[in-house]
Amino acid sequence: MALLDVQNLCISFGGLRAVDDFDIHVEKGQLYGLIGPNGAGKTTVFNLLTGVYKPNEGIIRLDGEDITGKRTIDINKAGIARTFQNIRLFKGMSVLDNVKAGLHNNYRYSTLAGIFRLPSYRRVEKEMDEKAMELLEVFGLGGEADYLASNLPYGKQRKLEIARALATNPKLLLLDEPAAGMNPNETKELMDTIRLIRDRFDMTILLIEHDMKLVSGICEELSVLNFGRILAQGETSRVLNDPQVITAYLGE
Amino acid sequence: MKKMNKTTKTNLITYAIVIAAYLLVSLLSLTGHVSSLMEGLLVPLCIYVILAVSLNLVVGILGELSLGHAGFMCVGAFSGAFFSMCTNGMLPDWLRFLIALVIGALTAAVFGIIIGIPVLRLRGDYLAIVTLAFGEIIKNLMNVLYIGRDSAGFHFSMKDVMALGLEPGSKPIINGPQGITGTPHDASFTIGVVLILLVLLTILNLIHSRDGRAIMAIRDNRIAAESIGINVTKYKLMAFTLSASIAGVAGVLYAHNLSTLTALPKNFGYNMSIMILVFVVLGGIGNIRGSVISAVVLTLLPELLRGLSDYRMLIYAILLIGMMLFNWSPKAIELRERYSLRRLLRNKKEAS
Repeated sequence: MALLDVQNLCISFGGLRAVDDFDIHVEKGQLYGLIGPNGAGKTTVFNLLTGVYKPNEGIIRLDGEDITGKRTIDINKAGIARTFQNIRLFKGMSVLDNVKAGLHNNYRYSTLAGIFRLPSYRRVEKEMDEKAMELLEVFGLGGEADYLASNLPYGKQRKLEIARALATNPKLLLLDEPAAGMNPNETKELMDTIRLIRDRFDMTILLIEHDMKLVSGICEELSVLNFGRILAQGETSRVLNDPQVITAYLGE
Repeated sequence: MKKMNKTTKTNLITYAIVIAAYLLVSLLSLTGHVSSLMEGLLVPLCIYVILAVSLNLVVGILGELSLGHAGFMCVGAFSGAFFSMCTNGMLPDWLRFLIALVIGALTAAVFGIIIGIPVLRLRGDYLAIVTLAFGEIIKNLMNVLYIGRDSAGFHFSMKDVMALGLEPGSKPIINGPQGITGTPHDASFTIGVVLILLVLLTILNLIHSRDGRAIMAIRDNRIAAESIGINVTKYKLMAFTLSASIAGVAGVLYAHNLSTLTALPKNFGYNMSIMILVFVVLGGIGNIRGSVISAVVLTLLPELLRGLSDYRMLIYAILLIGMMLFNWSPKAIELRERYSLRRLLRNKKEAS
C-alpha cells in the first residue's frame, strides 16, 4: 500500500479550479517530484495535503489513515512535515531553538515543571538538546547552533527549515522548492543532502522543484501539473521526454 | 550546553539587579536618606515593574499588542480587596493577604480566558483596539457594581446602594463609584520585591522552556508553528491568561497599598494601559530585564523632575523620545554595540 494515497482532490477559489481531479500515489521510501509551470497549483496541492486549505472533494490517506480535512497540527501529528517556498523560520530564535520547537510534540514536560525547573525539565531538555544537535550535525549546522536563525546565510536557512521539519519525526516530508535561489554548487550539495535524508531517516520525500537538474537527478517518479490538472505521471525520464510536458514548459 | 549556561547567567543577573536595588533602597531608608515622598513611591514602583514584565509577555514574547492591561489589574484589585474586606479579622494578616493575592490572580486569569478566547482570534491593530475596549468595559462595570453583606448573606446589585436592600446598620463592601473603603494596608516594599522576583522567575523560566519556545514560534511565524504541530490557540491563550493573572497580582498589591480603592480613569483606565506599554516599548520589546529598568526609571523620573514644576512633563516627553531613539534607531544601536561594555572587556582580554 502506498504511504501517501490521494484520490480525486479538488479545490476551487471562487470560479477558479486551482486543483482539479488530482491523484498521486507515493510509495514508502520514494523520492517523488511534483513539477509544473508557475501557477499550476503545486503549492496549493501542498497546502491541501497539510490542511492549510480544506479540499472541496477528494480523499487524502497517509499510511492508510484518512487525514482529509483535518487541522494542520493534527496532520503534522499524523506524520506530514513540510518546508515553505518562502522560508518561514522562527527568526527571533536561535538555530537550536528552531529545531527544539520542531521537537515540541515528541518531548514533553508540564508547564509547571518548566517554570519550577523540576527534574523532568532538566532531563527532557537535555534529551532535546542532544536530539536537536544530532539533527543539526546532519545538516552541517552544528557550529551555528547559537546563531540567531535570521543571521544564517540563505542556503543554511533552507537546511535549517528541513531540519526543523524532520524534528517532528514525520513519515512524509514535503519540500517546496528547496533549491529556489541557490547557485549550482549549493543545489548540488542540496541534492546530496536530500539523498542523505532519505537514506539516513528512511524518509519518503515529495518535492516541488523548478530546477530540472535536481529533479532529473534525484526524483524517481514525477507528476506534472498544468492549470491544476495532471498532465503526465510516472517514471522521471519518461515524463521529462513526454511531448506534452515539453510543450507545457517551453510552449508550442 | 553552553547556551543553556548563558541564559541562566542572564537570568541570574536580572534577579541580582532587583535584589541589589532592594538592598540599596533598604539601606538608604534605614539611614534616613529616603524622603517620605520617595518612600510612598516604593510600592507603586513594584506594581509598575510587575505590570510591565507581565505585559511584555504578551507584547514581546507572544507578539500581540494588548491595550487592556489595566482592566486585568482592576479585576485583581477589586477581587483581592473584596476578599480582604470579607475576612478582615478572621485570618492572620499574612495568610489573608496571601489568599487575596491568589484570588486576585485567579479572578484576573478567568477574565483573561473569557476575554482571550474571542479577542485572540484577531491580530495586530484589531486586537489592540478590542483589548482597549474590554479594559474600559471592566473599569466601567466596577463603577456600577454594588455588593454588600448583612446577616442574610451577600447582596448584589448593579443599580444603586438602595437596591441592595441591606439591613440597617450594615454597610456595602463594594459601593459603586466609591469603590472599596478601608482595605487593610498589607502591601509593603519587601512584599513587592518578593513578588517581583517570583514573577520574574515564572516568566523567565517559562520563556526558556518548551512552552515558551512554542509561544515565541507563534510570534515569529504562525503558519510555520502550525506546520510543526504547535497548538496556536492553546499557547496564545496560555500567554495571555498568565499575563492577565500577573496583572491581577499587581492589582491586589495596589489595592492593599491604599485605604480607598476606586476604579477611576486615572488608575485603571486606558492611560494606565498605555503607560505600561510605554515601559515595555522603551525597555525593549521582548526584553524582560529592560522592562524592569524602564518601569523604575520612568516612574521615578516625573518625581525627580518635580522641581522643574511646569516644565516637568515637557522634559519627561523629551526624555521618552531620547530613550526611544537610543533603543531603536539603527545608528544608536550601532554606536551602542561599538562602545558596549562587553565588547570593551573582550577587546581588553584579547589585547592582554
